[in-house]
Amino acid sequence: MIARVIVTPKPVVNDPQGLTVKQGLASLGFREVSDVRIGKYIEVNLDSSSEHEARERVEAMCRQLLANHVIEDFRFDIEPERKRR
Amino acid sequence: MKFGVVVFPGTWSDRDCGWVIDQVLGQELAYLWHKDSDLKGCDCIILPGGFAYGDYLRTGAIARFAPVMEQVGEFADRGGLVWGICNGFQVLCEAGLLPGALIRNASLEFRCEWTNLVVERTDLVFTSQCAEREVLKVPIAHGEGSYFADPATLSRLEQRGQVVFRYSDGKGRVVPNANPNGSLHNIAGIVNARGNVLGMMPHPERCSEAELGGTDGLKLFRSVAESAMKVLVS
Repeated sequence: MIARVIVTPKPVVNDPQGLTVKQGLASLGFREVSDVRIGKYIEVNLDSSSEHEARERVEAMCRQLLANHVIEDFRFDIEPERKRR
Repeated sequence: MKFGVVVFPGTWSDRDCGWVIDQVLGQELAYLWHKDSDLKGCDCIILPGGFAYGDYLRTGAIARFAPVMEQVGEFADRGGLVWGICNGFQVLCEAGLLPGALIRNASLEFRCEWTNLVVERTDLVFTSQCAEREVLKVPIAHGEGSYFADPATLSRLEQRGQVVFRYSDGKGRVVPNANPNGSLHNIAGIVNARGNVLGMMPHPERCSEAELGGTDGLKLFRSVAESAMKVLVS
C-alpha cells in the first residue's frame, strides 16, 4: 500500500516561507491569494494486511516521527499499491 | 570535571567545544560518537552545533534516535548535566528533553552575527559565574532558531522562570529589534524545570578567547566547571 502523508505548519505557527511565496504570487499579479502555507509531502510504501492496519501504523509513524506535534499537523490517504506491469 | 561532546554525522562545532574545554579551561574531555552506548563517565554532556544527520526531515529529528541519545536521556533523568548548543538545542526539543521547537527564522535568512543575551537565571550550574541580568555578547549562526511553543507551554516556562537567555540590546532591554530570528518572547535559551538540561541557540564556544572577539562564552563553560568543583568539595 502507499500512504500519502501531508504535513503542514499549524495555523498558529508563523510560516515565513508561505508569506514570502504569497508576496511572490502577488507580484506576479495573483492578487486573489489571501494565504499560502508550505508543508511537506511524504510517500510511504508499506506492507499491510488491511487498509485499517495500514492506517493505524501510518498514524503512529506521523505521531512518532513524520510530524512534530508542537508545530505541525498531518493528514494522509492510503491507496492500494498499483499493480506492477 | 569531565565534559563529553557528542559527535553526530554532520556535527560541526564539536572541535570548537572540545578546544574550549581542554585547551582553554584545562578540563577533561571525551568525544562521544553517536553510536556509543556509554557516556564514558562524563559529568556534563554537550550536544554541539551543526547539522546532525543533515537535519533531514526536521532539525534534530533523526539525531534523537542515535544510540547515544538513549544514554543522554537516562543521564538527564538522573539529574546529569546536558547542554545543547544550536543544533543541540534543536535535538533536545525533538527528543522531548526540552519543551517547544525551533522553526525557520522569521527573516528566512541564515543569521550569522553577534547578539546580546540578557541572563535571567544565575542560580543554575550553567550560569553561576554570571551577574544578575548580565548582558553577554555571543554569536549566533543558524537558519532555524526561532523558538516556538504553544501559549500554555510558554506561560508555564515564564511562570517557572525557565527562560535563561533572551535576545536584548546592549543594555539588557528585551526589545523587538534585538530579536534576530522571530523567537517568541525573544527566547534564546531555556532550561528544564529541574535545571539540569539547558538548550540555547547562540554559540558560547565561539567567544571563549579574546582572539575570537569576546570571552563571554567562557563564563558559561567556567560556571559548569566550577559548580562541579563546589559539589566535589562540599
